[in-house]
Amino acid sequence: MSKRLTVPKTYKLFIGGAFPRSESGRTYEVFSPKGAFLANAAQGSRKDARDAVKAALGAGAKWAGATAYNRGQVLYRVAEVLEGRRAQFIDEIVAQTGVSAAAAGAEVDEAIDRWVWYAGWCDKYTQVSGSLNPVAGPYFDISVPEPTGVVAIIAPQDSALLGLVSAIAPALVGGNAVVVVASERYPLSAISLAEVLATSDVPGGVVNILTGSPAEIAPWLASHPEVHALDLVGAGELEWIDLEIAAAQTLTRVLRPEQGPDAAAPSLQRITAFTETKTVWHTKSLV
Amino acid sequence: MSFLEYAPAPESRAILNLRDEYGLFIDGEFVEGGGTPFTTISPADEKRIATIASASDADIDRAVAAARRAYDRTWSKMSGRDRGKYLFRIARLVQERARELAVAESLDNGKPIKESRDVDVPLVAAWFFYYAGWADKLDYAGLGADPKALGVAGQIIPWNFPLLMLAWKIAPALAAGNTVVLKPAETTPLTALLFAEILQQADLPPGVVNIVTGAGATGATLVRHPDVDKIAFTGSTAVGREIAKAVAGTRKKVTLELGGKAANIVFDDAPIDQAIEGIVNGIFFNQGHVCCAGSRLLVQENVHDEVVDRLKARLSTLRLGDPLDKNTDIGAINSREQLDRIRELSDIGEEEGAERWSPDCVIPDNGFWFAPTIFTNVQSSHRIAREEIFGPVLSVLTFRTPAEAIAKANNTPYGLSAGIWSDKGSKILAVADRLRAGVVWANTFNRFDPSSPFGGYKESGYGREGGRHGLLAYLKGGAK
Repeated sequence: MSKRLTVPKTYKLFIGGAFPRSESGRTYEVFSPKGAFLANAAQGSRKDARDAVKAALGAGAKWAGATAYNRGQVLYRVAEVLEGRRAQFIDEIVAQTGVSAAAAGAEVDEAIDRWVWYAGWCDKYTQVSGSLNPVAGPYFDISVPEPTGVVAIIAPQDSALLGLVSAIAPALVGGNAVVVVASERYPLSAISLAEVLATSDVPGGVVNILTGSPAEIAPWLASHPEVHALDLVGAGELEWIDLEIAAAQTLTRVLRPEQGPDAAAPSLQRITAFTETKTVWHTKSLV
Repeated sequence: MSFLEYAPAPESRAILNLRDEYGLFIDGEFVEGGGTPFTTISPADEKRIATIASASDADIDRAVAAARRAYDRTWSKMSGRDRGKYLFRIARLVQERARELAVAESLDNGKPIKESRDVDVPLVAAWFFYYAGWADKLDYAGLGADPKALGVAGQIIPWNFPLLMLAWKIAPALAAGNTVVLKPAETTPLTALLFAEILQQADLPPGVVNIVTGAGATGATLVRHPDVDKIAFTGSTAVGREIAKAVAGTRKKVTLELGGKAANIVFDDAPIDQAIEGIVNGIFFNQGHVCCAGSRLLVQENVHDEVVDRLKARLSTLRLGDPLDKNTDIGAINSREQLDRIRELSDIGEEEGAERWSPDCVIPDNGFWFAPTIFTNVQSSHRIAREEIFGPVLSVLTFRTPAEAIAKANNTPYGLSAGIWSDKGSKILAVADRLRAGVVWANTFNRFDPSSPFGGYKESGYGREGGRHGLLAYLKGGAK
């Protein structure tokens, strides 16, 4: 009996909830550490980046306007769906990075747990980082964090899944929409994660994932006037100072690169970094 | 004498004991500056007040070195309790010398004495009191146990609230354990230098606060200094942008409090009497030299005529003149340069088709003055509806529905502040939710408090001043 012929996946981009090819028509080959061909990944372009920002802008209001309870449930749903696909992610990580199945399993587990951790923050960070301000006068005065808007992320480049999840999840907690450039070497897990997001009730366009060359795509995101925050966590090997300068033109909020296994470690600060504090003063009548 | 005419009631300048020349305040002492000294004048009569030293690059070096030494040897080793006590001392000294500071501020800045006396200086004292209490409670700031100071903070402040902006910058920096090099604005250095004397009276250790006077180049040198860990700036968006570029690639943390073009939204169910007072306070407070000024009045169409008529009537009762007169409502424009900009944009407003109105008022012969001005029939595309004028000029636009008001309010690259006037609480909260602005005043305007975080969205900058949030701008996380 002949062995069954497998059906390999075509890895495409994830923009606006759909999986388009790069408008440029370009792809690049992804290999295992030993040089075996794994897949062709889409080589995202400037136009793809702009389309992704447009999709994020369009989807942002709905996500920001969802109740915190709802956002928490959706992020928890991501963890559930990821758990169900655990074996697939382990295989992909092993194929791309060459780590042992045990190490890949630990990475997937940690990624799932981070979704759970951040899911729980959705209806709590406002209380922890907001305040009721005891002003010296007859006013009700309250400060609350609100989403910054569209967050562009250069994902950690030395990680297939965990780095990506660690960068995306905190930005989503606060109600931002995200455009993320995945690891150039390990893009396959990123697109598989997109499939998880697409089936987890994350509204289309809230997360957009580009594969390709961060060095090529990042400048267009950094200088884009509708990108409101720029997370350079995985941009350490790029000309990231130029990216920070480009972002300064429209006062885009910037997080500088981080190195090593602790990059984008889970923290409340990663959530609040993509929020803006609004203070509302309301008069109290004199009774 | 009609009921609107008042006998002059000038505050006495005798309380001031100014020096003829002021040096830089570095390492606890006044020293000569290496740059060419400049004079600071009163914008109300253009008369010289004092000669002020200008810091050279070498002076900035010395000031930063003094701040670093003070940080390493003294301030970072001192208990939070003792740091707090110094801040309490400073707050008390400000209160004791409040009248003197108010007179100096009005003299140098041109703002009415009733504002410097009743708003600026009391808030300065309040700011130091508030942050004094934080100094030994940093574990509760929200960064976990044992958060750390950043080190040396370079702080650059504007001319519109000279001493108050100094307090906004210095009080949280010192409470968090940082040392400071502060550059006051070129046209308003006086109260910062009086404040340096207060620091001497408080016996603050030398080098913890250094004050370097000069022009924009002095500030640029401070921003680029490699041994500065933190930059805090309040001023224009254009300069803020340059600062954000200058610190790119460094370790420096930055907070920027920049320009604004705030919408002040008046619904037809607003308490009109209060709204009129709030609109006036929103744009004519401090001659409109306020980054969060309510410079775009959005009025619901069906009450437009009533609001504008009553505004005009109210403006006709405002008294423009001597800043030191206790009856003055509108003082002098801070500088000739600023006056020129206000005139230019106002002329453009007329050219673009908006209708200009000012009350009859006597403009003094000397000094820099601009009558309070209202533009009606303003379109969103007009430059007077888009650009920050930073003067006593109000642009009036109309809207029909709350959705239109929100869209118009948010139609600006700025996002510092906004106002909402309505007697309906649920509408206020819903509209406040959708305004992209860092401070929203409902049925009030231009209120400030040390416990209340202040700062912008979008191109109005980032970071917050005031409250626990303002403290975080000067701290980093301790042990995880």
